[in-house]
Amino acid sequence: MTRLSILRVMAKTLIPFILLFALYVQFHGDYGPGGGFQAGVIFAAGFVLYALIFGLSAVRRVAPPRVLEVLLAIGVLIFAGTGVVTMLLGGAFLEYGAFTPEHPEHGQHWGLLIIEFGVGVTVAAVMITVFATFAGRGRA
Amino acid sequence: MTPSIVSLEVELVTIMILTLLAGTAIAVVRMRGLLPAVMLMGIYSFLGASWMLLLDAPDVAFTEAAVGAGISTVLVLATLALTTSRAKAQVRSPILPLTVVIITGAVLAYGTTDMPAFGDPTSPANTYPDPSYVERADHDIHVPNVVTAVLGSYRGYDTLGETVVIFTAGIGVLVLLRGSRSRPAADGEGDETGEDA
Repeated sequence: MTRLSILRVMAKTLIPFILLFALYVQFHGDYGPGGGFQAGVIFAAGFVLYALIFGLSAVRRVAPPRVLEVLLAIGVLIFAGTGVVTMLLGGAFLEYGAFTPEHPEHGQHWGLLIIEFGVGVTVAAVMITVFATFAGRGRA
Repeated sequence: MTPSIVSLEVELVTIMILTLLAGTAIAVVRMRGLLPAVMLMGIYSFLGASWMLLLDAPDVAFTEAAVGAGISTVLVLATLALTTSRAKAQVRSPILPLTVVIITGAVLAYGTTDMPAFGDPTSPANTYPDPSYVERADHDIHVPNVVTAVLGSYRGYDTLGETVVIFTAGIGVLVLLRGSRSRPAADGEGDETGEDA
């Protein structure tokens, strides 16, 4: 942990906004630029900033490696599982219209929200994991 | 909007950004210290993102800014913390590599003469994938951002594949790097990032 109080205070001020912006990019991706991938990276950037200022062990308390390992698989499962569900509902794989057969475009919207969430979870978990693994290696 | 007629201001800004891109690239190559080189690479990515924004591709610009300028820079810095931050001195003569680079560059530049003009409505990129996707997306999917509609729905398989690629990359890093880390970590979790250098 760095002793520079300006960095610490600024990081603490910025991180909530970074995470909030990531959520905005995640769930507003259908209307504006962005989506799960960008949101996941921005979300991870918040954690990276936290690690740079407060040390890796602080991040490990917030996001334990075991939880991240589960999350990076869960994101892919959400995405692929959506495809399986649409198949069970009688559509093709990833044919989100099957969610609401009378209004396929609504189902499409729902499907996009869900799969983008899956992408975001996987990307954020992978980015934090990769950074934590790299950074944790040197001084171990 | 008529993409072939670009306003003078956009033209000027494009020239400035591309000049800065070239300048940054040359500076990165000539730099011996790897730390400033990584910083310049971040600036390079950011300039690239700005240029993509001028080309009306905000989604790509967003990704480039977040991944290229943001996370990649941090990851390379973390790597530098593990290795060294100075490049080794050049020992071999640069004549042969320079020749190869110049010939490759000349071939690539020659290849661009075959490219359609920027924004050409008859270019394959603007005709081959059915352009009606842009018009249909709003009706089919009710999502104003066509990029999201194409990536998530029309080409959902691709995006699923990309997500699996990222997942695989994460698993790969875990398998390669954490395996050797687990033993030293057993005697105390006193690890710090060491990024304050």
